[in-house]
Amino acid sequence: MKKRILTGLFSILFLSAFNFPVMGQEEHGSQETATQGQSKEKFDANSFIIGHVSNSHEWHILTKKNGESVAIYLPVILYQKGTGLHFFFSGKLAHEHEYKGFRLEEEGEYAGKIVAVNAAGEVDTDNMPLDFSMTKMVIGMLGAVLIGLWLFISLSRSYKRSGISYPRGIQSFLEPVICFIRDEVVIPNIGYKHYERFMPYLLSVFFFILINNLMGLIPFPPPFGANVTGNLAVTMTLALFTFFIIQISGTKGYWRHIFATPGVPVWLLPIMIPVELIGMVSKPFALMIRLFANITAGHIIVMSLLALIFIFDSIWVSPVSIFFVIFMDCLELLVAFLQAYVFTLLSALFISLALVEEHH
Amino acid sequence: MILASNSLTSVGIGTLFWSVLIFSLFFFLLAKFAWKPILAAIKQRDEMIKGSLASAEMAREEMLKLQSDNEAILRKAREEREVILKEGRNVRDKLIAEAKGKATEEAEKIVEKAKAGIEREKTKALSEIHEQVASLSVEIASMVLGEKLSKTEEQEKLIDKYLKDVNINKN
Repeated sequence: MKKRILTGLFSILFLSAFNFPVMGQEEHGSQETATQGQSKEKFDANSFIIGHVSNSHEWHILTKKNGESVAIYLPVILYQKGTGLHFFFSGKLAHEHEYKGFRLEEEGEYAGKIVAVNAAGEVDTDNMPLDFSMTKMVIGMLGAVLIGLWLFISLSRSYKRSGISYPRGIQSFLEPVICFIRDEVVIPNIGYKHYERFMPYLLSVFFFILINNLMGLIPFPPPFGANVTGNLAVTMTLALFTFFIIQISGTKGYWRHIFATPGVPVWLLPIMIPVELIGMVSKPFALMIRLFANITAGHIIVMSLLALIFIFDSIWVSPVSIFFVIFMDCLELLVAFLQAYVFTLLSALFISLALVEEHH
Repeated sequence: MILASNSLTSVGIGTLFWSVLIFSLFFFLLAKFAWKPILAAIKQRDEMIKGSLASAEMAREEMLKLQSDNEAILRKAREEREVILKEGRNVRDKLIAEAKGKATEEAEKIVEKAKAGIEREKTKALSEIHEQVASLSVEIASMVLGEKLSKTEEQEKLIDKYLKDVNINKN
């Protein structure tokens, strides 16, 4: 578990490491433009990488030579106190255009966010809208969910059709995975008595993460290639589900363990209860960070390797980059399965901890 | 701070909202339309396999038992056959022996009887011959002597005595 958190920390360090030199280069670049007059825009690795792994209101596809970008403009849904709901496509906000009193900031404090602007064209901090847009991550997630639903509902249909015959077709491909989750993850942790109650959630979470991980590895076309499971909001959602399932299925023994830990003197309880409450929260928190960090780290490494080509500004770097990217992709394929497995395994483990029988 | 300013590490409320919505939809739809029937089918199949394995094992044991039973029965039958055959042979031998004994006895009896008959006939014939010889010899003697002897009892006794002395068995 520590190792994963460490990986996450490293990925953040990695980001910060990128921040400074690139910024330095930028200054250098601006000096160059000043001296040489006309020069092509210096490649900004930081925004290249971060732009690809983070969320956005448009699905960037390519940038033409003249600087124009080809992108799919996604729906923007905003809620602003007073003016209510607003619905339009993000194309209206491209290039920092103002629309309906909103602007998509590209730089500064609100970079990447839609802000309300007042008559003077300044950010109106009092009327900031709530952004419920169908962003890149949402579209990617929807794609994954549709694929998952199609896959498993057709799987269940094929079971209905074939009855209890031997597995065939899509069954022989997915059934071993389902049985693996049941026999190696859920039953060993939760036990025969309760395992059936948690199978639907754990299977859903496993396949949700797995499909999103795998789709994130496929770069094109949309909805593939979004870094969905490397988005903190998505991993937080999954962690919250696990958190609430743990609390809902918690037995008396579990709550007693938190608020009246057996064998602990009463005067220690004021210390013990906060510690236990922190433990309650830190478990899903670790799940959230682990998944986010692992997947984002993989995406960042792949993008960095590709960025090398542009940093060196030479096509001769591409064989090296491509070789390492292929290597990383193979590794990421493993990580995609591994992280889905780890999330499910730890969820099952945490649930089982909440199912403790009361000892008298 | 890098964490706060970074678009990677910020949690968008909208993304959170959509992911909660989408994931719960995914979860409930799958739970209802996929996991329930799939897990039920897998479980049913598992149980069926378990059941049929158990019944196959039972059938195998039953068959083994039957087989050994069959063998035992066969062995027993073979033994019985042996016994019956042996008995039959004994009976036959006994019967033959008995029959043989009876036959020899009978034969002996017949021979005995025949012998006795022969003896009897012989003595009868001999006594007849005795009488004839006696009367002949008397006639001859009377003729020879020229003197008619009266057939008194004393004379006949005398003749018998002579005849015995002659001992007819000699010829």
